[in-house]
Amino acid sequence: MTHALSPSRRQMLAAGFGSVVLPGTLSAQAPAQRPTELRIGVTTFLSGPASVFGVPGRQAAEMLAEEINREGGIGGVPIRLFFVDEAPGIDHLVGEFRRLVQNERVDVMFASISSGSCLACTPLAEELRKVTLLWDCGTQRIFEERRYQYAFRTQANATPEILAPLLYLMKTRPDFRTIAVLNQDYAWGRDSWEIWKTAMDVLKPGTRVVAELFPRFGATDFSAEVTRLLALRPDVILSTSWGGELDTFIRQANERRLFERSTFVLPLAESSLERVGRTLPAGHIVGSRGDHWHQHPRPANPQALQRFVEGFRRRTNAYPIYPAYHMAQAFSALRAAYARALQGGAAWPSDAQLAAAFNGLEFDSPTARMRIREDGQGLEPQLIGTTAHTDRFPFPVLDNMVIFPPELVTTPVGQNSVAWLRTLTPEILARVPDAIRAG
Amino acid sequence: MTLPRMEALLGLLVAALLVLAALSTPWMKFVLTIALAKGIAVLGILLLLRAGQVSFGHALYVAIGAYSVAFLAPSIPDAALLLPAAALVATLAGALIGLFVSRYREIFFGMLNLALSMVFYSMLEKFYHLTKGTDGIRVPPLTAAGMTLDRVTFEWTVFATALVLALAFGAFARAYLLSPMGEALGAIKTRETRLEFMGVSPRRVLLSAYILSAMMAGCAGALVAMTTRHVTPLLSYWTASGELVFIAILGGAGGVLGPFLGAIAYELVRVYAAATVADMWQMILGAVLLLVILFARGGIWGLLSARAGKGAGA
Repeated sequence: MTHALSPSRRQMLAAGFGSVVLPGTLSAQAPAQRPTELRIGVTTFLSGPASVFGVPGRQAAEMLAEEINREGGIGGVPIRLFFVDEAPGIDHLVGEFRRLVQNERVDVMFASISSGSCLACTPLAEELRKVTLLWDCGTQRIFEERRYQYAFRTQANATPEILAPLLYLMKTRPDFRTIAVLNQDYAWGRDSWEIWKTAMDVLKPGTRVVAELFPRFGATDFSAEVTRLLALRPDVILSTSWGGELDTFIRQANERRLFERSTFVLPLAESSLERVGRTLPAGHIVGSRGDHWHQHPRPANPQALQRFVEGFRRRTNAYPIYPAYHMAQAFSALRAAYARALQGGAAWPSDAQLAAAFNGLEFDSPTARMRIREDGQGLEPQLIGTTAHTDRFPFPVLDNMVIFPPELVTTPVGQNSVAWLRTLTPEILARVPDAIRAG
Repeated sequence: MTLPRMEALLGLLVAALLVLAALSTPWMKFVLTIALAKGIAVLGILLLLRAGQVSFGHALYVAIGAYSVAFLAPSIPDAALLLPAAALVATLAGALIGLFVSRYREIFFGMLNLALSMVFYSMLEKFYHLTKGTDGIRVPPLTAAGMTLDRVTFEWTVFATALVLALAFGAFARAYLLSPMGEALGAIKTRETRLEFMGVSPRRVLLSAYILSAMMAGCAGALVAMTTRHVTPLLSYWTASGELVFIAILGGAGGVLGPFLGAIAYELVRVYAAATVADMWQMILGAVLLLVILFARGGIWGLLSARAGKGAGA
């Protein structure tokens, strides 16, 4: 927090508004000089319901920036972060995006948790020719609807994040016949159900959807929905809800023993585990929007994962949840891209040169080795597991984990997700890796 | 110097300052365009405030204007056509809704407007396949009167349009408030029955002001859509309406400059607050509003005109 209050920044703003004449357009091609600091703008939720993701994202960013600066910065240049709150809405966010690029002259933007924010910021980044890493938003529309030269996603998108739990369900409980869905009534809730339904209809035709419930966004009472689900007795209940609503739904469903009747599939529940504790019973399917899990059974680099988890716990007194890992991925990709651009003693990269370094870039996430495809989409494995209670943790942990390789569940380059899902065949199940027991 | 002359001069001075600020810093142009657009919307609210009616739902018309641009842009990608089209759609909506909300007063008027704006918000959210829900719709690059402009020139064009519209609407609102129609608005606030005794229909008086305010809000929405180039249902949410009322109080309801001063102050406070303490900007905005309510009930315009009044007296 302290660096955000530094007086130099306020002076900069004052000077900016006062009299300093800045060039109207920024040339992306201009040869760049090694700056005295590397400025990174981060848009994240600092207020509102989605701050359950935004604040851990910010805490991870601050921790990683300190770590990188202790090690001498990126390419010898220390980094400095500028945070923007996404909560006030698109007009504020787009204005702040411009301020960071045009006035604070940031070198890179890390854009957005909300898909709406990403959809607004990405074309703007392209117009301003500023390298932008989509660090957390889920919409698959971005790279499927348009090509971008300056935008890259350092994580997966909604398609693999929903397809993986479906495949996991079909592998572990192949005999389900009925399903109900309870999602938040907004773009993500609708999009994720469309992805699930499309894939389910081709992979397991004949499954009966007994209820499609979309309680309003921000709902605090699910008693009517729980009653209905108790009466309908679906084999499976899917919910892609998150944050306070997921916590509340889990608590209210548990009070009325809904968990005993149906198997829950909760693709985002990794972010709620520590908050709901043992209210979430064992035997239900949980995902983490990637392969993010502090007890990951096969991390590429166990020491790195442990260092990240312990560092984050020391700082925040909580286990990292997926936005913290996503932030780490964005930083790791940025470091790798600068290293690539500066290879062989090259001069400090211009915006265009930096953007070029991201194509096909490989970098380490806290748990795996990742790659950015030619369309800008990151290839991230997906870890899905079943909840289990142990004595080691006061909250449920994952067991019977399947780590889906990204190639299996990600829409190929240049294809539309919904169209691609329709071409799937049940043979894909044979390619799902075996489950790993918790150690 | 008399107050009206000072108002006109001050208006031009503020306009000149805005141009200077926009020239000196490119991102400021964006913030100020949004501020001008919001000022235009608040100007409409000011007309209703003159009649003592507070609308807690005028973001509805801002959203209608913005979504008109977003929906029409793929078929008519020209700003010069989209702006009047958006204003027309908002005016029609205002006329239709105004027919029955103008029967109500005070809390009922405010709450009905609020309810309708939330209905529109829910529709934008729920008709997911048409509106893309909360993700919103992207506005494609637009031409201006047939000319294809690069990004910076287009931004200047929208800024200039907003400034010209703000001046024009400001001058119009001032003339309107001084006209018998405007005086009748004031009479609704003091005692409505007197109007009826004079043979003037208060409903018609309020309805015409309501339609005008809807048109102004529609123009504001179109400008916002052309500036941010991405519209989301949040434009119609109750907090957006609250923001407009906040600006009206901050700027002061006494004169037509108030809304613009309020909008500029609001946007600048928000930007500077967000830049200094990214997670506490709401607190700073709230403190500013509290200070205005406690110590400057006439808003920014009230402070300025009181000072000018003293100067003229001396």
